[in-house]
Amino acid sequence: MDFNLTTKEEAFRDEVRAFIGENLSPEARKDPGFLGGWLKKIREKRWVGFNWPEEYGGGGGGIMEQVILKEEMSKAGAPPLGLCMMGLQWVGPAIIQYGTDDQKKKFLPDILDSKYQWCTGYSEPGFGSDLASLQCKGVRDGDEYVVNGQKIWTSLAAWSDWIILLTRTDFDTEDKHEGITCLLVEMKSPGIEVRPIKNMSGSSHFAEVFFDNVRVPVQNRLGDEGKGWGVTISALAHERSGISEVAGLVGQLNDLVELAKRTRRNGRPASEQPSIRRRLAKADVVIEGMRLNGQRFLTKQLKGEPLSSETSINKLHRAFLAIELGDLALEIRGSASQYVKSDNGPGMEQNRLPSGALDWPNVVIGGGTPNIQRNIIAERILGLPKD
Amino acid sequence: MNFGLTEEQQMLSNVARRFLEERAPMSTVRDIMESPEAFDDKLWSAMAELGWPGLIVDEAYGGVDLGFVDLTVLLEETGRGLLPAPLISSSLAAAAISEFGSDAQKQRYLPSLADGSAIGTLAILEDSDFLGPDGIELTGAKEGDGYRLTGAKRFVHDVGVATIFIVPFRAAGDILFAVVQSSTKGVSSQSHPTMDQTKRMGDLTLDGVIVSKDDVLAGASDGAAALARLLDLATVAVTAEMIGAMDRALEMTTQYAKDRVQFGSPIGKYQGVKHPLAEMYVDVETSRSLLYYAAWCVSEKPEALPVAAARAKAYASDAFTRIGIDGVQLHGAIGFTAEYDVQLYLKRSKWALPAFGDAEFHYERIASLGGY
Ligand SMILES: Cc1cc2nc3c(=O)[nH]c(=O)nc-3n(C[C@H](O)[C@H](O)[C@H](O)COP(=O)(O)OP(=O)(O)OC[C@H]3O[C@@H](n4cnc5c(N)ncnc54)[C@H](O)[C@@H]3O)c2cc1C
Repeated sequence: MDFNLTTKEEAFRDEVRAFIGENLSPEARKDPGFLGGWLKKIREKRWVGFNWPEEYGGGGGGIMEQVILKEEMSKAGAPPLGLCMMGLQWVGPAIIQYGTDDQKKKFLPDILDSKYQWCTGYSEPGFGSDLASLQCKGVRDGDEYVVNGQKIWTSLAAWSDWIILLTRTDFDTEDKHEGITCLLVEMKSPGIEVRPIKNMSGSSHFAEVFFDNVRVPVQNRLGDEGKGWGVTISALAHERSGISEVAGLVGQLNDLVELAKRTRRNGRPASEQPSIRRRLAKADVVIEGMRLNGQRFLTKQLKGEPLSSETSINKLHRAFLAIELGDLALEIRGSASQYVKSDNGPGMEQNRLPSGALDWPNVVIGGGTPNIQRNIIAERILGLPKD
Repeated sequence: MNFGLTEEQQMLSNVARRFLEERAPMSTVRDIMESPEAFDDKLWSAMAELGWPGLIVDEAYGGVDLGFVDLTVLLEETGRGLLPAPLISSSLAAAAISEFGSDAQKQRYLPSLADGSAIGTLAILEDSDFLGPDGIELTGAKEGDGYRLTGAKRFVHDVGVATIFIVPFRAAGDILFAVVQSSTKGVSSQSHPTMDQTKRMGDLTLDGVIVSKDDVLAGASDGAAALARLLDLATVAVTAEMIGAMDRALEMTTQYAKDRVQFGSPIGKYQGVKHPLAEMYVDVETSRSLLYYAAWCVSEKPEALPVAAARAKAYASDAFTRIGIDGVQLHGAIGFTAEYDVQLYLKRSKWALPAFGDAEFHYERIASLGGY
């Protein structure tokens, strides 16, 4: 057991800190060209996809360095390491694991360059939790698949250039997990229609996506025909582990603590109210628990074992925190929490915290609901009978 | 970064599990817990032969010279088996002397604690039941080059079998630590029946007990800091046993859910049963992560220990309470019977809750350590 960094890892951390010191000063951030310049610089350092293979434009680094990089960047409030969120978090890793050499060459560098936005086409109107029953149809026709059907809740579909799509190419299998084929589809293909859906906090970040005789070249199939479920399981583990990254949560909790200190409730600082202190402390413990669970999973990965069902543990903690932190912000602010925009107080209070109370479905429902995570743990880890 | 057990730690864990399965299976645990002080000296001697009471004692004083992470590995196993033995208490007394004793004091006490011929314990709490410097009201009156102690310590773990007590007291505003032997004039102890019969505790009465300068731990110059450190070590040790016990309660209940059939299916098929089991699993694993980090901090990152220990105990206290109750509830009526073992785990969860600070106590510490 050793939570210390090695000398080499420490040197890397110092390099990251020095880079942050040079490039993230408040003055630098004010520059209108800051974000573009930032992305270019981190790309040159190969810190985007730092643990991806070098031959496809990644940094060829270790998972541990990747973790250090993300932690330091997040502590410094740096912009993201690349803009292609889904591409970097799970589409890229799935292509690295299951893709052909041509696919790796074709897709990975563009993801790293934030050239294309990716979206994820799993859920359908009839099949959400029961994803493996999906019906969107793919039919092989010569060198192409012809896709017909519908996806829904597709995040960022309206802004995306590519979609990682699950289709059913075999309707006669006994096991519903068989016969699913994963395709990488260009969103501008003829026959695709995107209809944005407005959510309860007012934005339209997800959409319905319709497929009407969309033709997809066979070389854009990821993994073998009928074997798309394996691809999905691995991508979902990456998605859940990404959803459960703690660096951002630490920042949110610190913001809440500061808010509680300067907000008066019942005539005294909210931070002195026992119920609020307890809830803040409980959130602190769960976040630290997630961080340390993550380090145990990381140890497993460092030994070369893949991520799997254990990612459901932190997904459940993340779901708890999403709701809890949003509601805690409301309790701390009291009546003022009802104003969605207010002129007093810094930006954080105007938007982020109140909307937290309405944004939680992103991480609670997205990536699989808590009940589904409990089923996964009970059935795959504890070995209880399937329901 | 490596968050896993070493080969030696894995071996320690395996040996402990095998030893306890052979020498202290549940039937034996039940016999021991019915005995007056829930103590079996033959079993204790066998544990001593394995080096357990001296696990964290320096080799120079007859110990095995391992660290707190190793002790944590062992305590997970003793907790799992609900082993009635003063292992935590004696290890903590040894830790107090190791950390704050002079060389002469170490020479005097550690070898007998390490070989099991003496049994130590911390005697900290008083009538106020308040953990912390303000809870220490016992006052030493100056007497020669030492002190005269009159008063009582309460809720002292293993008070009936301990022969060496670590007793914090006040003198001229400072907190000092007396090492008091049970054989000293004026020392008496009384253990009380406890809800968890595998864990005993009670009162230590000091009636004009003379403590010489040599009996006061020499290295605890900042008494409040030393007390805080001891309480953190105790917190980690108790949490380690909690996690072993939780893990076993989960295992028993999972097995029962696979075997027990109602409405034509194993009950573990129903989500009302399988989801609480999944939550227990999340809690056990998360408790374990928090625990091992705290145990690692003991020697590798002492400045981070207070908050790490508080987090581990706060989380585990909430978790074990739930697991104790759900473990019984998911068994149905049989879980309520004296004959069935799962109830013993429920009782252990009740014992563990206040031991070295309950969830509220530790959440409050986290808040103050976090600056709010
Ligand atoms: C913000 C957001 C973004 C999303 N982005 C994407 C995306 O980009 N791509 C994509 O493909 N999908 C996306 N999703 C969809 C998401 O994966 C699904 O919503 C989720 O898997 C649940 O499916 P459902 O909505 O059909 O609910 P249902 O499956 O109908 O579930 C309804 C309720 O029933 C419960 N339930 C269902 N089955 C069981 C069971 N067996 N046992 C116990 N309880 C059960 C669920 O827990 C839930 O509470 C997104 C969702 C959200 C909210």
